[in-house]
Amino acid sequence: MSTAVTQIDAAAHRQRLRLLATSGPGLFWIMLFLLIPSAILLGIAFFSADDYGNPVLPLSLQPFQQVAGYSLLGWDAGNINIFLRSLEQAGIATIVSAAVSYPLVFFILSRPEGIRPLLLLFIVLPSWTNQVVRTYAWLELLGPNAPLTWVAHALHIVPPDLGLAPGSFAVTTGLAYNYLPYMIVPLYASAEKLDWTLVEAGRDLYASGVKLFWHAVFPQTLPGLLSGVIFVAIPAFGDYVVPQLLGGDRALMIGSLIANQFTETPDWPYGAALTIIMLVFTGLGLVGFRILTRKLGGAEEATI
Amino acid sequence: MIPPAALAMTAPAPRGAISLHRISRIFAGGIPAVDRINLDINPGEFFTLLGPSGCGKTTLLRMIAGFETPDEGRLLISGREMQDVPPHKRAVNTVFQSYALFPHLNVEQNIGFGLRMQGVKNPERKRRVDTIMELMQISPFAKRGAAQLSGGQRQRVALARALVNEPEVVLLDEPLSALDAKLRNELQIELLRMQKHLGMTFIFVTHDQHEALVMSDRIGVMSKGRIQQVGAVLDVYEKPKNVFVAEFLGLSNILVLTPTGARTAQTPLGELRVDEELNGHKLAMIRPEKIWIYNDTAAPQGRPNTFMGTVHEAIYMGASTQYRIDLGNNQFVSAYDTNNQAAERSWRPGEKVTVELKPENIMLIEP
Repeated sequence: MSTAVTQIDAAAHRQRLRLLATSGPGLFWIMLFLLIPSAILLGIAFFSADDYGNPVLPLSLQPFQQVAGYSLLGWDAGNINIFLRSLEQAGIATIVSAAVSYPLVFFILSRPEGIRPLLLLFIVLPSWTNQVVRTYAWLELLGPNAPLTWVAHALHIVPPDLGLAPGSFAVTTGLAYNYLPYMIVPLYASAEKLDWTLVEAGRDLYASGVKLFWHAVFPQTLPGLLSGVIFVAIPAFGDYVVPQLLGGDRALMIGSLIANQFTETPDWPYGAALTIIMLVFTGLGLVGFRILTRKLGGAEEATI
Repeated sequence: MIPPAALAMTAPAPRGAISLHRISRIFAGGIPAVDRINLDINPGEFFTLLGPSGCGKTTLLRMIAGFETPDEGRLLISGREMQDVPPHKRAVNTVFQSYALFPHLNVEQNIGFGLRMQGVKNPERKRRVDTIMELMQISPFAKRGAAQLSGGQRQRVALARALVNEPEVVLLDEPLSALDAKLRNELQIELLRMQKHLGMTFIFVTHDQHEALVMSDRIGVMSKGRIQQVGAVLDVYEKPKNVFVAEFLGLSNILVLTPTGARTAQTPLGELRVDEELNGHKLAMIRPEKIWIYNDTAAPQGRPNTFMGTVHEAIYMGASTQYRIDLGNNQFVSAYDTNNQAAERSWRPGEKVTVELKPENIMLIEP
């Protein structure tokens, strides 16, 4: 009997070893480059800053007070505004990318099966080049002397001496453009699996046009859309390159605010506190989103 | 108060009549899936399109539903030309082979979908959905999702979803093929009951000849995009027009004729007498159940069309036994005999028997 127990123990031991061997490298990677830096960051957020912005003792809650908008000069809504602006920019960019993705995805699906992967490649291809280069391109396209700006001038959307970039419009455009592939790919994956008999059933049951799309197509693509929303909204919320290059002073986002604390006007504890708060809000957003997808149902693959 | 005369005037016109004139549908590759079909289906009729897979029956059904547009020909529903009208504007509803229930809606919402899309508002909509659920005995599942239903329940919901709209025509695309035999029999009877109760035209597509025989008022047998024969169940079975119909609908013995007189012909079995005038027919057929088998000793004397043979094979099927009888000269016939006697009375392989093919049971057919 004792030999049987030993055998079971040995089997369990082997299984543990195998588990460690397979998941070990990944765990090590996450430990080294995610958990440890995050822990250090969390620590720094509770230090005071010296004159050069470096973290020094004593421990302090001042960085978090700064995040909330309190300083020597009293309370200021600046940070809240930046936070809300980031949320707004990410939200609009997500909606725009979804709105662009739907017709694109169904256009690709309407092409012969052989060339669909090629068309998808064309969409993904630009994201293999440097983000900075692509964002600079938008700066040119939306700058004061570009055709799009002339149209905007003619429509009196922007004053004659300014361009569409820098500004909020340029940031939204840049974010939506940048993260579009991350919306298209999951949406395409779920649209490809679309059960067209359900669409026929919808037509048979007196639905057409928008109603048909809304009742027979949209619910089927919901898992893909929700994945896309996560893949676009979260990185867009914390994006640094786009608001930095296309936003100017008028469209500062949280990513740039954080970057400033480590570069131009260093204040490491304040920057660390900002990062922690951003991570907390992102986490809360994900949890809320997960509850939402559960309620909408049938979108398990969209939940992270 | 409505005067009686007005009531008489609003008596329902023949809703649900279908008329096809030279309807064709040609897919890529140029082979017609449906080839110049003419067909009239009567209002309130249970009409079955029967044929093997790939014969064009589903394409024909999809053209009536509006999912396919005919390449030529005219399609009339209740007397109105419909070939270019989209599906959502046709008073026709389909029960799909895969049921096609909306997975994000529950039973009640699935059934109410068509009414909702037509703008039927809620007290009325709910009343109609409840009525049909009651009729189909699915009320207990009203709040369940489509994924939580068994095959039979799904089938009922799919049917209810079509019927609740009170269409003129209901199209059913092999709706019972995914169910097991017992459930299929139950639902066949239920489907018939509903159809007679509601008086709608049902067009039923199947490849199952038994199902077609049980359910239909009339059958259209299809092959290679063409209708081979249309007629009442009895006529199509008893008097098939050609070899395809004879062989697709039930078992049959086909005989090759060399005419020797107005009603006599030479066959590989021997001299054969028929009731009908041959009129140039080169083929005849007889159903296995219409062949009489006698013990060698009890063979009828002096009657035409009797042939001696040996039982080659006997397949016991419970209620009856199917025999394969060797008539010599490499000629075989299939014959059924009901097992209405003690089992020992049936014939065994090797036994000498005499078969009789009565002239009135021999039908002349086309190739």
